[in-house]
Amino acid sequence: MNIWLSLSKDKLAVMSLLIIVATLAAGIFAPQFAPHDPTEVNMQLKYAASSWTYLLGNDHLGRCILSRLIYGIRPSVLWVLVALAISVCIGAVIGFIAGYFRGKIDAFMMRICDVMLSFPGYVMTLAVVGILGAGLEHILIAFVVMKWAWFARVIRTAVMQYSDMDYVKFAKASGSSHLTVIVRHIVPVTFADIAVISSGSICSMILQISGLSFLGLGIQAPNAEWGMMLNEARGVMFSRPELMLAPGLAIIIVVSAFNFLSDALQAAINPQLKTAQRKLQASEVRVSSYESIRG
Amino acid sequence: MLSVSHVEKSYKTGGLFSNERQEVLRKVSFECSHGECLGIIGESGSGKSTLGRLLLGIEKPDRGSVLFEGENVSDHAVRLGNISAVFQDYTSSINPFFTVEAAIMEPLLQQKKTRVDAKSKVDRLLNHVGLDSSYRKKYPHELSGGEVQRVCMARAISTEPKCIVLDESISSLDVSVQIQVLELLKTLKSIYKMSYIFITHDIQAAAYICDRVIIFRSGQIEEIVPIAKLKDVQSDYARKLLKHIITF
Amino acid sequence: MNLLEVENLCIWDAGTNETIVHNSSFHVKQGSCLAIVGESGSGKSVTCRSLMRLNKAWIRQSGDIRFKGEDVNLLSAKEMRKKRGKELCMIMQNGMRAFDPSCVVGVHCKETLGAHFDWSKSEMEAKMKRAMESVMLKDPISLLNKYPHQMSGGMLQRMMIALALVFTPDLIIADEPTTALDTISQYEVIEQLLLLRENMGTSMIFISHDLGVVRKIADDVLVMKDGEIIERGPINMVFTEAQHEYTQYLVSTRRALSHHFKKLIGEEL
Repeated sequence: MNIWLSLSKDKLAVMSLLIIVATLAAGIFAPQFAPHDPTEVNMQLKYAASSWTYLLGNDHLGRCILSRLIYGIRPSVLWVLVALAISVCIGAVIGFIAGYFRGKIDAFMMRICDVMLSFPGYVMTLAVVGILGAGLEHILIAFVVMKWAWFARVIRTAVMQYSDMDYVKFAKASGSSHLTVIVRHIVPVTFADIAVISSGSICSMILQISGLSFLGLGIQAPNAEWGMMLNEARGVMFSRPELMLAPGLAIIIVVSAFNFLSDALQAAINPQLKTAQRKLQASEVRVSSYESIRG
Repeated sequence: MLSVSHVEKSYKTGGLFSNERQEVLRKVSFECSHGECLGIIGESGSGKSTLGRLLLGIEKPDRGSVLFEGENVSDHAVRLGNISAVFQDYTSSINPFFTVEAAIMEPLLQQKKTRVDAKSKVDRLLNHVGLDSSYRKKYPHELSGGEVQRVCMARAISTEPKCIVLDESISSLDVSVQIQVLELLKTLKSIYKMSYIFITHDIQAAAYICDRVIIFRSGQIEEIVPIAKLKDVQSDYARKLLKHIITF
Repeated sequence: MNLLEVENLCIWDAGTNETIVHNSSFHVKQGSCLAIVGESGSGKSVTCRSLMRLNKAWIRQSGDIRFKGEDVNLLSAKEMRKKRGKELCMIMQNGMRAFDPSCVVGVHCKETLGAHFDWSKSEMEAKMKRAMESVMLKDPISLLNKYPHQMSGGMLQRMMIALALVFTPDLIIADEPTTALDTISQYEVIEQLLLLRENMGTSMIFISHDLGVVRKIADDVLVMKDGEIIERGPINMVFTEAQHEYTQYLVSTRRALSHHFKKLIGEEL
């Protein structure tokens, strides 16, 4: 297809895609990939440097860091993606309805969003965990509850901007149903915005999960999770900084891969950017506009 | 064919709980018959574009009705294939993700035409509007303003509608291109025999193509005159309007 | 005396290496009005923006632009800023976008004036009021307290002219000032610009694609096509005995549009 073709010309995009696919595969087939049991404690190997059997060395309990890293993909990336997908879906449906039909529906839905957004995120999460008990799934539920309203607002703005366009008016005038107009004309143009905001929030979600795990509300020890690995290494940050390196780099690489891919995807699906010579400039503008949304 | 009777429209101003409304259209009634070119002339803010949206069924009037051959235009099945439109802003009138071909095929596919049928028609339509088939694979941002408006016209006539609403379709073009597009509109009309509703602020362009003009002012019809009688307008506003035209 | 002299002006896009304007030379005499006509994409707006040095960073220019004998290209950014407004004034196409939508027009005007003059607030208001009255804007004080979206395009355009009046610049550059306006506002704006020329003796560069408007206001005309000046001369000469094919085409299309109308109105042709 056209999109793949233009995507394959962008080296950064291909690399990002490979990284993401590899990460996902490693996470799904963690038992096959991991050289050791991630929870196996071996006090003799405490803080051991990397060796051929333990490629990335061992942590404070002598557990294999590589295996923990691979198992950590599951909560850190896979489940975060699931939670993200659900909240984006809810946000998109509400955003599209509110932005497209406007009027009373819009006012009603946006007031609900306002109510949701007025709760501080962590308090909400703590409340949900307090009701349902600690555990990863409950945190993910809290995430979905917390985030959808934010997505709905951002997506609504994007939809409103595009639903005034003349080609949307034409499609309506020539007798298309509302659903066709939304699917054929509004979804593709807003997709770019949605991709950017969701890839941006992957980062913050990964960090939040680790933060909550640190408080003992998320992943329970001894299960592996990237943020928790960072926290465990925090104590020896100055004597053994290399322990922070593995999970830290993993987070940075995965998050940037998602960011680069969403940028490249945007350029690939938008014919205007595809032919523009100043592609670089355009993507810079995108990033800064996205930053202003988040900021 | 298209009859508008006692249409009123107002928009809410202010916030959620405010009841203030601004009246945009007041008791507008007129009719447009088969094969007629009816001009609607008004200043910006006179409500003529709102009227255009009501004629196209994109918005519903608060009171009164817009009927197309006796049926309400707000039902999209009535509009399908019968009413079409060309808008002003050539930068946004074609979906930037669509090629020229896809844009022209869009209304055809809605009519449950097969893809092959539609494709074969595109060449003929492009030909009618004075473009060749090399344009099929181009994207709208690669075209000039006049070319985009031509593509929009090809798209509008693709279903052979009975009525086309032209909302300021030529206002954003250069004068030299305006003439070409107006000529094109005349030619298309002689082929397809549809009626035009030509919404504009430019009386000279309206005089070039219309059979009858409605002079529109702050949401009301000021006067309706056949174009041949344009110099005998009665109302003060219409006279003022004619006096202020800069001719060449 | 020539107020503005432009010699061998070349403008090109540094990103794509495309030349937008080729080697154009022209001059504006003190007190006269030069019109630049051409279709969209002919480089007329870029030319004017290059005179003010307002083009985007990747659009480069070379050649001599001498304004009152001074080379504009050699001025520092700060000196240039001083010149803009006070000596070179620009009237934009779209009044809606030319004013800051977040504050009332009066605030915007005062800020602009404050950047160039050390007048007191009341002084500014008085001057603004007089200028607005002279462009037929009624009730200036209440207008100054309105937001741009509460005013019509024609009013904003006249507002811009009023602001230009206060500055009393040596050269006004009007970039398609009437294109976005409807008939009556267009007429009024043109009348105001004519009055402005009469009363203040300001020179003007007037850009438009509508030859009808140009003919009403300009003394000399440049016809541009694809970045090149293809014809120039006094207005009546160019429009009656055009040499270049393209000019003839522009004139004939414009005439065709008016012809129909004049016939209906019964004006003599």
